[in-house]
Amino acid sequence: MEYFLIIISAIFVNNIVLAQFLGICPFLGVSNKLSTATGMSMAVCFVITLATLVTYLINQYLLVPFGITFLQTIAFILVIAALVQMVEIVLKKVSPSLYQALGIFLPLITTNCAVLGVAINVVTKEFAFVPGGMLNLGQALVYAFATSLGYGLAMVIFAGIREHLALNNVPKAFKGVPIAIISVGILALAFMGFSGMVK
Amino acid sequence: MSNKFKLITDGLVKNNPTFVLLLGMCPTLATTTSAINGLSMGLATLFVLVLSNMAISAIAPVVPDKVHIPVYIVVIATFVTLLQFLMQAYTPAMYETLGLFIPLIVVNCIVLGRAEAFANKHGVLESACDGLGVGLGFTCSLTVLGLVREILGSGSVFGFNFIGGNDGMLAFVMAPGAFLCLGYLMVLFNKYLKKN
Repeated sequence: MEYFLIIISAIFVNNIVLAQFLGICPFLGVSNKLSTATGMSMAVCFVITLATLVTYLINQYLLVPFGITFLQTIAFILVIAALVQMVEIVLKKVSPSLYQALGIFLPLITTNCAVLGVAINVVTKEFAFVPGGMLNLGQALVYAFATSLGYGLAMVIFAGIREHLALNNVPKAFKGVPIAIISVGILALAFMGFSGMVK
Repeated sequence: MSNKFKLITDGLVKNNPTFVLLLGMCPTLATTTSAINGLSMGLATLFVLVLSNMAISAIAPVVPDKVHIPVYIVVIATFVTLLQFLMQAYTPAMYETLGLFIPLIVVNCIVLGRAEAFANKHGVLESACDGLGVGLGFTCSLTVLGLVREILGSGSVFGFNFIGGNDGMLAFVMAPGAFLCLGYLMVLFNKYLKKN
């Protein structure tokens, strides 16, 4: 039951872009075309889930036992940066076609605050619908994966809107980013309809 | 002297991080639920920006080119951890309110962006001025956005309620209001402040 609640909450109610404001830069940057938006979402999904697995274990078995949780920020960002580099090297060797698809998006992900945000969230945030409040490893992975699905959902919807927006004639001062951000606002209004579904 | 002064003023309008360079969007949207929250987030970023700019400009000549990004990130993360300690000690309430977005200053593109674009080619003093200018620009934008959202959303200015009761438009304190306000403020900025 709590797995279901975690998934619904992470995708719709607390959508990472539209309710938590994480990963806005790449969200605005690569949502011009539907195809690049899908590529970026896949890369983010992959890295967020993997990074959460590694940072959760490091926190549990290294930082907590030695009482150095204040090093969380430094440790996590280093792990994520190293992980992204490693994923890039491994993918290049193992699956060139996937590397081709994710290629240019991978290096961008290190500075995507969604990755660090989710990694910190799963080890510090309390969840009301989970017994005990803190996520265990399985729940953390489900949460990370569902959150990145929410990222993909928002990204693909927004890319679809933006492709239509490009064909319209908007006033000069609104051109480009301002009209895009206002559209995200209206999209966020629609997602506000989900709030209250899961506490 | 005028050169350094220009570096500071450039950050306010010409290189404004929020409205012109479009950097650091996440904290801009997330922490501006009220003017005081926006101001605090801006000052926190300013603190990290000035110190990391100074440190990076000092060590840049001896850092090998291949590993410069990881080195810069560690330097920035160190100052962010320092800031976390300071805020936990002196402003615990604000530390709770800003929550996740204090550690996330590490991945704020403004900080790494200034390190790459300015600090590694200039002296310590110029880099400090540049950090101060960009940081002040960021602080101003966040305070203005927070002020607008607070007036519309809860009918108060810096916590002082002026309409009586709690009759604000709640949506402006929540997520959609953040995007809408920022979008319209950008439109106004483009129309009246941006040259050309």
